[in-house]
Amino acid sequence: MLKLFRYMRPYRTAVLLVLLFTFFQCLSDLYLPTLMADIVDKGITLGNVPYIWRVGGVMLLVASGGMVCAIAASYLASKAASGFGRIVRGRVFSHVENFTLQEFDKIGTASLITRTTNDITQVQQVTIMILRMMAIAPMMCIGGIVMAISRDPGLTTVLLAVLPILALAIFLIAKQGIPLFKAIQVKIDTLSRVVRENLTGIRVIRSFNRAAHETVRFNDANEDLTATSIKVNKIMGAMMPVMMLVMNFATIAIVWFGAHRINDAHMKVGDLMAFLQYAMMIMFSLIMLSVMFVMIPRAQASAVRINEVLHMQPDIHDPKEPGKPGLQKAAVEFQDVTFFYPGAEEPAVSNLSFRTGPGEVTAIIGGTGSGKSTLISLIPRFYDVTSGRILVNGTDIREMRQEELRQRIGFVPQKALLFTGSIADNIRYGKEDATDEEIRHAAKVAQAADFIEAMEGAYDAEISQGGSNVSGGQKQRLSIARALVRRPEIYIFDDSFSALDFKTDAKLRAALREETGDATVLIVAQRVSTVMDADRIIVLDEGRIAGMGTHEELMNTSEVYREIVISQLSEEEIA
Amino acid sequence: MSEKKRGGHPRGHGGGPFGGPHGPGMPAEKAKDFKGTFRRLTTYLKPHTGKLLIVLAAAMLSTIFGIVSPKILGDATTILFEGFLAKMKGEPGAGIDFAAIQRILLWLAGLYLLSSLFAYVQQYVMAGVAQRTVYDLRKAVYDKLGRLPLKYFDARTHGETLSRVTNDMDNIAGTLQQSLTQMITSAVTLLGVIVMMLTISPLLTLVVILTLPLSVIVTMMVAKQSQKHFVAQQKHLGQLNGHVEEMYTGHKVVKAFGRERQSVERFDEVNDKLYEAGWRAQFISGTIMPLMGFIGNIGYVIVSVVGGVLVTRQAIKIGDIQAFIQYSRQFTQPITQLANIANVIQSTIASAERVFEVLDEEEEVAESSAPAVLRHPRGDVSFEHVSFGYKEDQLLIENMNVNVRQGQTLAIVGPTGAGKTTLINLLMRFYEVNGGRITIDGKDIASMKRSDLRSLFGMVLQDTWLFNGTIRDNIGYGREGATEEEIIRAAEAAHADHFIRTLPDGYDTVLNEEASNISQGQKQLLTIARAILANPAILILDEATSSVDTRTELYIQKAMKELMKNRTSFVIAHRLSTIRDADLILVMNKGSIIEQGTHDELLSQGGFYADLYNSQFSDQPEAG
Repeated sequence: MLKLFRYMRPYRTAVLLVLLFTFFQCLSDLYLPTLMADIVDKGITLGNVPYIWRVGGVMLLVASGGMVCAIAASYLASKAASGFGRIVRGRVFSHVENFTLQEFDKIGTASLITRTTNDITQVQQVTIMILRMMAIAPMMCIGGIVMAISRDPGLTTVLLAVLPILALAIFLIAKQGIPLFKAIQVKIDTLSRVVRENLTGIRVIRSFNRAAHETVRFNDANEDLTATSIKVNKIMGAMMPVMMLVMNFATIAIVWFGAHRINDAHMKVGDLMAFLQYAMMIMFSLIMLSVMFVMIPRAQASAVRINEVLHMQPDIHDPKEPGKPGLQKAAVEFQDVTFFYPGAEEPAVSNLSFRTGPGEVTAIIGGTGSGKSTLISLIPRFYDVTSGRILVNGTDIREMRQEELRQRIGFVPQKALLFTGSIADNIRYGKEDATDEEIRHAAKVAQAADFIEAMEGAYDAEISQGGSNVSGGQKQRLSIARALVRRPEIYIFDDSFSALDFKTDAKLRAALREETGDATVLIVAQRVSTVMDADRIIVLDEGRIAGMGTHEELMNTSEVYREIVISQLSEEEIA
Repeated sequence: MSEKKRGGHPRGHGGGPFGGPHGPGMPAEKAKDFKGTFRRLTTYLKPHTGKLLIVLAAAMLSTIFGIVSPKILGDATTILFEGFLAKMKGEPGAGIDFAAIQRILLWLAGLYLLSSLFAYVQQYVMAGVAQRTVYDLRKAVYDKLGRLPLKYFDARTHGETLSRVTNDMDNIAGTLQQSLTQMITSAVTLLGVIVMMLTISPLLTLVVILTLPLSVIVTMMVAKQSQKHFVAQQKHLGQLNGHVEEMYTGHKVVKAFGRERQSVERFDEVNDKLYEAGWRAQFISGTIMPLMGFIGNIGYVIVSVVGGVLVTRQAIKIGDIQAFIQYSRQFTQPITQLANIANVIQSTIASAERVFEVLDEEEEVAESSAPAVLRHPRGDVSFEHVSFGYKEDQLLIENMNVNVRQGQTLAIVGPTGAGKTTLINLLMRFYEVNGGRITIDGKDIASMKRSDLRSLFGMVLQDTWLFNGTIRDNIGYGREGATEEEIIRAAEAAHADHFIRTLPDGYDTVLNEEASNISQGQKQLLTIARAILANPAILILDEATSSVDTRTELYIQKAMKELMKNRTSFVIAHRLSTIRDADLILVMNKGSIIEQGTHDELLSQGGFYADLYNSQFSDQPEAG
């Protein structure tokens, strides 16, 4: 967490001022009982009414001073903590935006989201608590002790005996309770998982009549969670009564011994009353500190996770002296490319060599895990090749700026991702300055125009988060339109027709053929019907090229290809 | 001394030991029907009435003992002070009456002990009551979910339902555990403190009570001011989280289209707004403590001064001043606390309302009292004049008549989103028909028990549902009490045995939560094995279009063929071979059945099916 606090630097002065104001606030809080003691000892005892009034006025002044300081401290602390949160959040986000897919794979998207949102909020919240409570507690504790000693050093021995007992009591109860809190978290997760499985599998459970079996699982989890919750609440329930008991007994001890010291003329009655209040302040500051010690480890865990993100350096960099893209247009060439995912023992793809040119359609087919998606992820440099090289327009892609490279590519991912915003916004994502005409054209080619125009608001219709208000096939078509509007030199379709029915698929491919013109097209597909008319089909099997050629050629030469075809078409179609 | 007694108690929140700071003015959700929901929630507490009475008694006793003690301590101080004064004045034989002080202190020790003891009893008993109540509530919701029709689940996200079983329940548990008793103690404290102060000095009490409206006004003003910033903060935080989620999940697209800069710009914009609202909310709600502290201090000063003057006039005793100061400090606290609790209770009732909403949902149509039973199901299925719509006023299927005889295959075809699962929903009575009837072997399915009906079917769906458990348990799910041998035989028939044995733990391999440790195709094989083990009379199959590698695909096809032998099958078909071999084809589009017949019949009709078929296959070059 300390490491993260370096982002607090712009608020250095604010933090120092917070400490200063808190200090004054403590002074005022500490001074009040002393003034009251004066009223008792000098005013009441001597019957001096004007003195009582005067000191009362001073008390009021001191109290208002304390309030002003407290409010000022709160103001600065709020600004500092929120500002700190803003800086860390901004840093993490812009840092993550530079990550390649490799870093995303390493940490996981869901975890990255939590780290950018909840973890930072958590740290920010604890920061404000530190600024407010952590600062007050030690000051009050030390100040209280100093004041107590100044009232009567002898009586302070009582505190010396009580404080360790209090600390020990807190420690013992917390030690029992905190591991149980962790256990509860696990049990809540288990319960949620059982319910989630029940929800997602409801058709299966009902059709197999296994509701009774599921109920047993749920009851077990419910019982388990309940039992632990009861236990932990019973333990933690002891916290307050025990602390109060210790503090109250301390009071009795102070009064008893104090009475003796007064009798021996070591101190005055007002001193005793003030002393009692100081004792309370000291013990409360101790309780406050114990609360902090529970909060900090949690924030610490968040801080570690945030730092992990900040320290992770993206593997892919732009070259220092970017090379100029070659004169060739719309050409992609793989030269003996091999790629390992980080930590993997086997390469995902190995020794790939092929070349595509302008106006050509290259299709890639193969089973799951054969490396199709990996192959095309290498072209926009989502990952860097382990060996060999990839040339775009004759230049090694590692020698180009990433932005320049990606500008040439229209990429349609396997999972059609849309963003919140209107349909037009989503298509315009491919080309920021696209005109309405261009957008309509792209939608038409992508076979999306019909359903868009049927929607309320047409191109201005809003897409909800995750695109939940359009079907899978519609999402794919929009994601295709987004790539088309770019009019790139290289089109990459990663299994982008899977959610389309045969009819739309066929129409779309026909329209695409006209649209792509001189560009080079790479298509990953599952369906033989999608790839049959490509200029070149690459058959991948376990990361290697198992065959390359046209449909007719491959039917004669490639066993793997024939197997794929047979599994999809019935005999007479092939014949 | 029990000042601040209940102030510092951290409230368990969301299962954690100490919740985040709860500022005043944090907007609480409002319940629609507060009274009704509250009353209903109390019915769940009824079985625990006895224990609740104990809690109530313990809370009151603990508070009363706590409240009486400053007054008694004050008596000790008075004795001390008077003895001291007498001694100073040099009265003969004067001195501090230690015997009296000792007596008082012993009394006090007893009171403190009792107060703490009762406070613990209250917590201890309440732990059981709160958690048991939530246990019952959770169970009630779960049981209810089991009786709800599929319509309910299809209409909302799993997350929504899930959060009612977890988050809302947590909220209720926390409130029952902490806030309920806090409310009692706060109220008792407030009353008790006023009574105690009145017994000491009505004049001083009046002075302190005069500060009461001040604290109420301040609390309200601060809450009102901070609320709008809290609302803004919540809104911006939501936007920010939404943006992060979207950009991270779409990272590949952001990269591919080089839009990192715009994404960061948008983030910064929301982040700035969040900062502005955030620090304001934080600051304004943070002023409540100093302000209330100051008001408390005003009371403190007034009591010190006025009390001091009164003592010099012998109108009041010094120890009473000391006690009074403590009381006046306790006085403002229950007020702030009650305001907070009111907020917490609001949001709890809103949670309870959401839970009750589930409990009030319409259940599946009741089972018939004398259910029809099929002893030896053949698998003749017919739809007679069936009409159905997901919405009452929008019928998708009207007067549908279909006959499938034992062992026949019926293929359902149509573009994505055409509503092909509708028929399955009706067959298995996940949804009820609006008109007409469906019979199996001549018996109306509405007259059968749902469990009996569903045991006639075996399902292999595209979204393969497997649970977090071993492969053996997952296959064994098909039939309760299946032997090891039967499970292996089913796996063999499904061509799954081989791949299972190649896994490190074989049949004992535990599938993880997303079952991501086996491939999509392997998952399908497991669900086929599960269906084979169940040995149903009628099959429901959903042919996969999703990514399955070619070899597994071949196995799946073989396994499905094996499974379909001699069984009536309903197939949501994507494969041409299946479609053409089917005894009957239903063509669906936009939710309705638009054509039915055999392959040849439909082709010659030249309708939607013919169109679909031709667009796919006619322009294919004859390969060879």
